[in-house]
Amino acid sequence: MSSSPLFCTEMALGRPPGFSPKSGPALVLERLSQTPRLVAVTQASRLEIRPAPEMVSIGIRELDSLSGGLPRGCLTEICGPDSAGRTSVLLAALAAATRREEVCALVDASDALDPASAAAIGVEFGRLLWVRCGGADGPQPSAVSPQPSAFRFQSSHFRSDSQLPRSEVRDPMSALEQALRVTDLLLQSGGFGMVAVDLGDVPFRIARRIPLTSWFRFQRAVERTPTVLLAITHAPCAQSCAALSLKLRSSAIGRNSSGKLSNISSQFSASSHTHLFEGLKIEGEILRSRLERKPPQSVRTGCRTEAMRA
Amino acid sequence: MPAFACIFVPDFPVQALLRVEPDLRSQAVAVLEGKAPLEKVFAVNEPARRAGAGMGMTKLQVEACSELVLRTRSPSREKSAHAALLDCAQLFSPCIEDASCDTIILDLAGMESLFGPLPKIARDVAQRVSDFGFEANVAVAADPDTAVIAAHGFPGVTVIPEEKEAEQLGSLPVEVLFADSNDPDRTQILETLSRWGIRNLRALAALPEVALSERLGQEGIRLQQLARGATSRALIPVEPPPVFEEAIELEHPLVLLEPLAFLLARMLEQLCARLSARALATQELRLQLELDDGSHTKAFHRTLRLPVPLLDEKIFLKLLQLDLKAHPPGAPIAKILLSAEPARPRAAQNGFFLPPSPEPEKLELTLARIAGIVGENKVGAVQMMDTHHPQAFQMRRFVPQDSRPPKAENFSPSCPQSKDETVTTLRIFRPPVSATVSMRDGVPARITCPKRKQIDGEILWGAGPWRSSGDWWEREGWSRDEWDIAVQQESGIALYRLVRDLLSGRWFVEGTYD
Repeated sequence: MSSSPLFCTEMALGRPPGFSPKSGPALVLERLSQTPRLVAVTQASRLEIRPAPEMVSIGIRELDSLSGGLPRGCLTEICGPDSAGRTSVLLAALAAATRREEVCALVDASDALDPASAAAIGVEFGRLLWVRCGGADGPQPSAVSPQPSAFRFQSSHFRSDSQLPRSEVRDPMSALEQALRVTDLLLQSGGFGMVAVDLGDVPFRIARRIPLTSWFRFQRAVERTPTVLLAITHAPCAQSCAALSLKLRSSAIGRNSSGKLSNISSQFSASSHTHLFEGLKIEGEILRSRLERKPPQSVRTGCRTEAMRA
Repeated sequence: MPAFACIFVPDFPVQALLRVEPDLRSQAVAVLEGKAPLEKVFAVNEPARRAGAGMGMTKLQVEACSELVLRTRSPSREKSAHAALLDCAQLFSPCIEDASCDTIILDLAGMESLFGPLPKIARDVAQRVSDFGFEANVAVAADPDTAVIAAHGFPGVTVIPEEKEAEQLGSLPVEVLFADSNDPDRTQILETLSRWGIRNLRALAALPEVALSERLGQEGIRLQQLARGATSRALIPVEPPPVFEEAIELEHPLVLLEPLAFLLARMLEQLCARLSARALATQELRLQLELDDGSHTKAFHRTLRLPVPLLDEKIFLKLLQLDLKAHPPGAPIAKILLSAEPARPRAAQNGFFLPPSPEPEKLELTLARIAGIVGENKVGAVQMMDTHHPQAFQMRRFVPQDSRPPKAENFSPSCPQSKDETVTTLRIFRPPVSATVSMRDGVPARITCPKRKQIDGEILWGAGPWRSSGDWWEREGWSRDEWDIAVQQESGIALYRLVRDLLSGRWFVEGTYD
């Protein structure tokens, strides 16, 4: 007896094997489509096309024009070396999000946020959850007060790291693990307009050891949600999990004694008393974008920033 | 038409125990009272009665009964159970009488239009009482005393129609007339009635009133009126205080948090049921543990303050678990007292076009979990302090704002001039990195940081100093010079903020411009 798929289908439909008013591939397709187990399978031609994600402003007009903004429900990675303007862009994005009255979270792997800078850039602290990773793992045994915790850095501000107790010296690996776990919790909790992960001070040799599955998990957690997941790193780490990858670099701008603006690197020999640090000139480059069906762009733009001093 | 319901919980001390230990329901349980070794049985349940245990027996006598579970009487547990019973009664009527610890009378006048006919109300009352963990008798009658007698005499749900009280109550023994077993006249009257051959209420009701009055006085007339169901009185309404407490006294101290979680789960379930019955939620949970470390006992308190009123026992349990994990009691637990501060429930109705915001319940749980990972002081919202000192801020509890805050709330040292202008921000090194700086013509010329190898070399460019000082009138006064410097690195030029502490003369790198 024949055991071909067609025969099996006929048996499943309760027809004799020889009954076939039609013949050929059309008949096979028709009968396969009537097989009960295959009815629930959506045809490839009817699959939905994923809609383009909604884009929100980064808070810097030039970068918005370059990338179109930050996509919701996607992972965006901003990378660059020290003093490339990553933190300025991160805080500008957070300020824009909090101005939109969205609740945001900042997972600070190296506890590097300067609240004065964030206030100056316009972040509304009432809508920003700041998680400071690093230091001693787990809760502090002495912190038993049910009152809202309040402490100032003044008392220990000028203690160097060599003067600190061993438990307070940060281990980048431990801080990174904490940051990943906290990010996972925040994304699973949901409801945040933006979750920013600051890995800017984590050395690349450690950041690149983040398993790709972690990034994939983050990307899956924010998929189909209105959350913007933003990460800043030294170099690209998330690879294909990032929908948008921006690379930043900058040059500092100073003002000389005559009041003329110039690039700092061109006036090393001048007397420092006559100089003023004006800000950073940020150059952005799209390394990778999954949002548009075209090859990665290398368009550069610049934006000048104002130096902040409390 | 007047209608009254009575909830009677037989063997109340045992049921108060079974309410927090439901796994003992199918077993014979006896509750002991008194100090060792003179403990006596105070209450037993029906399986224990069948096993031979009875009230007043000594501990030694009941220990002879096989498979009998013995527990010590706990007044706090009974108090919680009685409060739960009152909360349950208030579900059906605002006018309730607290007749005794095991008996509650409800005025059902006018409640038929809300809850349906009287038999349905009686069944619903029995069902809700059962949900609260009690096996109670419920009786409905036109008179409160008749309802009480019926609830004491008939098991389950009983509805006595008007004018048929004497007929319905007739089969009950005369003992049901004495709800209080400590009544001094009880024994004497029962003996007298027994000598007359009066066994049930029908016989008592049939006695001639004058002759009964001559022999037993007014008390005899009262008892006969009760037996006929012919009394009439108004309820003495009580307003239960909004106190929501659950307590458990443990036979053996707990040393692990895991079994504690099981007990807390039961207590939270009862608390939430009581709060729900009063249409309330809670914004503060207080856990009080009595610790027994062998030599003496001490109290251990934890308080959970919630940003919004919640009523979810699972979330409460998880929050308590996380809190106890972070702050372990440190000694075996002998007694648990859990109380909730009642609050009006949150009216959660968000608009369609509001920006995304985390659910308060989930957010609270997430914050507690994050605090367990990074520490309590390291998660929250920033609050700037009104001082010129750099890095002066404090962390406060994170509660998302519903609306735009007034500008005066958040002090900020400087505000952006325009929304389109971006500010170059600083990344802070916590703690600041100590540095060795060489000066040339009063200007930093070379820097070396042992802890950060990349900050090493000639200072290519520098601007400063920016001098500031403050708090000189306090012990923690500060005075400093700030420099903005550029240092060549492998990846390019990096900009740092260099600080000289003028009080100690030491140099620090405070952060990097990024």
